[in-house]
This record gives sequence, structure tokens and C-alpha cells, in this order.
Amino acid sequence: MEHYNMNLTVKVWRQKNSKEKGGFESYPVKDISSEMSFLEMIDVLNEQLIRDGDDPIAFDHDCREGICGQCSMYINGKPHGAWKANTTCQLHMRAFKDGETVTVEPWRAGAFPVIKDLMVDRSAFDRIIQAGGYISVNTGNAVDGNALPINKDKADASFAAAMCIGCGACVAACKNSSAMLFLSAKVAHLALLPQGEPERKSRVLNMVAQMDKEGFGACTNTGACEATCPKEISISNIARLNQEYLVASLTADK
Amino acid sequence: MTWKQVFTSSVGKKLVMAFTGIFLILFLIVHAGLNACIWANDGGEMFNKGAHFMGANVVPRILEIGLFVGLILHIVQGLMLELDNRKKRSVGYAVAYSDGSKWYSRSMGILGTLILLFLVLHLSDFWFPNRAHQNFVLGEEIDLYAKMKETFSVLWVVIVYVLGCLSLGYHLAHGFQSAFRTVGVHNRKYNLMLVSLGLGFSVIVTLLFALMPLSFYFGWIN
Ligand code: HEM
Ligand code: SF4
Ligand code: FES
Repeated sequence: MEHYNMNLTVKVWRQKNSKEKGGFESYPVKDISSEMSFLEMIDVLNEQLIRDGDDPIAFDHDCREGICGQCSMYINGKPHGAWKANTTCQLHMRAFKDGETVTVEPWRAGAFPVIKDLMVDRSAFDRIIQAGGYISVNTGNAVDGNALPINKDKADASFAAAMCIGCGACVAACKNSSAMLFLSAKVAHLALLPQGEPERKSRVLNMVAQMDKEGFGACTNTGACEATCPKEISISNIARLNQEYLVASLTADK
Repeated sequence: MTWKQVFTSSVGKKLVMAFTGIFLILFLIVHAGLNACIWANDGGEMFNKGAHFMGANVVPRILEIGLFVGLILHIVQGLMLELDNRKKRSVGYAVAYSDGSKWYSRSMGILGTLILLFLVLHLSDFWFPNRAHQNFVLGEEIDLYAKMKETFSVLWVVIVYVLGCLSLGYHLAHGFQSAFRTVGVHNRKYNLMLVSLGLGFSVIVTLLFALMPLSFYFGWIN
């Protein structure tokens, strides 16, 4: 790939706080290297804004290496931008052409209220995890990890589900603002392992109840979530969650 | 978890949609199969016999009550789901996202509403006059074949029926495989099978039903 510099117009959502109404502002940025990451481009723009005495754009980020799930930007109509299986922090500017206008929006969902600009409050996900995304572990000596035989296919499927970084792109992409792909990943990765067995039924029932309480929509299996997920979490996890839910609701003691 | 909590949860509501949806699919198979008797081209003798069996017997008439209950549950729950889901995003996007999903998968509520409108016309064309003639019990039925012939001699009716069938076809193109996912079929090999089976089923059902008014209108059968 040849290196090039570009000038862009960044049309970005600005919103002072969760109460005030926001709106789009357009900013020109110059001499952006094709090797920069998208967040570095925003950093350049923010320095420019600070120099001009303006308020820099608030956005979430942490690892900048595609593993924390913090960077949440809806770029040109796609959560995390146009690249497949990719996070915003790993989106590079070679995905854009000189002279382009780039539209950047926050995740949109009632359950993810905007805190400021591109930052949204995703603590609903934390509360869903707290409702059941854990296992019981006895205190005392740690058990030998290899003492418990686990079927390889199940271990692989569990690991694939455990890849979810809780970024919320699935919610942002879903027409129903449903959190089912996220939830299904969290339920499936524990349901597939013997360690997840003790809380298996209560987990799925409680986590679904919490998801509904947080105000996410109901899943209609459209497939938008799977297409946008940076970790390629499979939509078949949702069917697995449905099965877990059906069995648990029919057979749980209470 | 009480039954109420289960059936008012987002997953429980979807289970209601899926079970009633699969029940309606089974009904469609019977309905399409029976109606296909018109192509025996025997002046409606075979078709009317079948229709008579369904209309003048206690068992199918009891099943009919189940069908209405299922249909109403499906419609009410479907419309509520659709309206509820729409409320979950108060501020929309400037640039819409459409990757990974088909237009008809995103339009189940609208397609369902079109089917509902079609059903109002369809039931008032055949079911209602027939049952009224029977005094809503097991009385004498009207000649449904002649009724079809008369109904499908009008162009706009034929067009509305074909559009109704298309709405149903697209509704099923998503609904068939979605229903099985909703009840928990997650195995890769079945999912691939169900997608093709669902598309095949939708195409066949749409063609069969749409060809009925067309056959009468164009005089392919008499
Ligand atoms: C004979 C007629 C019908 C059949 C065979 C049928 C079949 C189905 C099936 C199989 C599903 C999928 C369930 C799932 O995803 O779990 C579905 C979903 C749905 N149907 Fe129907 N349906 C019919 C009529 C209607 C009508 C009249 C309406 C509305 C007025 C309607 C509205 C909906 C809605 C809103 C959904 C939800 C979409 C989703 O959750 O994916 N349907 N239908
Ligand atoms: S399922 Fe994918 S898109 Fe959804 S939160 Fe997890 S990593 Fe993000
Ligand atoms: S900043 Fe951690 S995944 Fe992007």
C-alpha cells in the first residue's frame, strides 16, 4: 500500500451532555497520513480544536489495539467503520480517500444514552453481566485446569463466544437496538463449559430479565449484529441462548 | 421465573411469535394443498369435496378456533413487538446501516400489516359469507368453487391477491428460518438447511397461492 496524505471534512455529532440536544458540526482536517488510525486522526482534530479554543470531541478509547471494546464510533453509517471484523481504533485512514466527508455518530440506542459527543453510557452491559455472567468458584487451592476434560469443539465454540469485547456495536447496528448478540455471547461461553453448569438456568433467565429492564429491544434475527461485530460473534449464539432460555424457563425450580 | 415473567420477556415474546408462526406455516400447507384441488379442472368437484370436509366437520372446525387464536396472538404480539422495538432508539442515525440483513428481514411488521389487510379482504370474500350461510354452525355451505370463479373475474381483486401472496412470501422468507432460530435450533448444519428450506417453501407457497386467482382470471381452469 502506498502511503499518501489526505484532507478530509469530519462531520461529527456534538452534544454537551445527556440533557442537551446535540447536532452535527463539520471540521476540516489537513495532511492526515494514510498510516494513521482513525482515533489518531480524531486526536489531530482535537489538538486543532484546543488550539482554536474550542471544546475537544469527547470519545471513549482505552487499549487502541482492538481488545477493550471502548472505542465506539459509528462511521459513515457503520459501527466501527467499513472494515470487517475491526474496531474503530484499528480502522486506518487508508480506508478513506482524499477530499472525503466522514460522518461520525455515537452509538444510538435508548439504553446507551449519550454522555457527551461520541461517548455513550454502556453501563447497562455491566449490569447485565452482574445479573449472571459469572461462575461459582470454591475458595482454597486452585484446581488443576487440565483436570477437567472438555470436548474440543465445545471449548472452541466457547472461546469464540468469549471473544466478545462488549463494545456494543451489535446494539448500534440493530434496528431494534437489541443486545442479544452480546448477551448470547456471554451466556453461550459459560453454558458450553462445565464450569458454567451450576448457574446455567438462573444465569440465562436473570440476564435476559436484566437486558429487558435496561430498555434494549427484542431480537428479530435480522443478522445486522453479526455483520458488524468486530469479533465476528456468530448469530447462532442467539439461537443457543433461545434454547437455553426455553429449557431453563420450562425446567427451573422457581 | 413465573409464566408471566417468561412470556412477557423479550425472548418469551419471540417464542410466542415463533410457535404461532410455525403453527400458521402448518396451516398454510393444508390450505395450499387443499386449494390446489382446483387444478383437477373438474368444475370444482374435488375442491368442493375438500372444502366441505373442512367446513362441515366438527374436528376441522374446532381446529379453526385454534387457528384464529394463534393468528390473533401472532398479530397482536407481532404489532406490539414492532411498535415496542421502534421506541428503543429515539434519536436515529444520519446515515442508515443495512449490512448483513435483508430488506424483508427488517420489514416484518410492515409485511405482516400488509398480510393483515389482505386477510380482511380475503376472509370477507370467502370465509365470512360461507360461515354466515352456515349460520356459523355446521350448516349447508355455498359453492366455494363458483365463488372463487366469480371473485377472481375482477382484475383489481386478482392484483390485490397477488400482492398479498407476495407479502406473505417475503414474510416467510425471513420468518421460516427465524422461527426455528427462535425456538433454539443453533446447529450449523440445520441452520443452513433451514435457510434453503425456508426460501424454497416461501417461493412454492407464494407461487401456488398467486396462481389460483391468476388461473381463474386467465381461464386456465373453468
Ligand atoms: C398466514 C400468515 C402468517 C404466517 C404464516 C406468519 C409466519 C411468521 C413466522 C414464521 C414468523 C417468525 C417468528 C420468529 O422469528 O420467531 C413471523 C414473525 C412475525 N410476524 Fe408473521 N405470519 C403471518 C401473518 C402475520 C400477520 C397478519 C402479522 C401482523 C399483522 C404478522 C406479523 C409478524 C411480525 C411483526 C413478526 C415478527 C418478526 C420477527 O420477530 O422476526 N405476521 N411470522
Ligand atoms: S457481540 Fe460483538 S458487537 Fe456485540 S458487544 Fe460483543 S464484540 Fe461488540
Ligand atoms: S480502544 Fe480498545 S478496542 Fe478500540
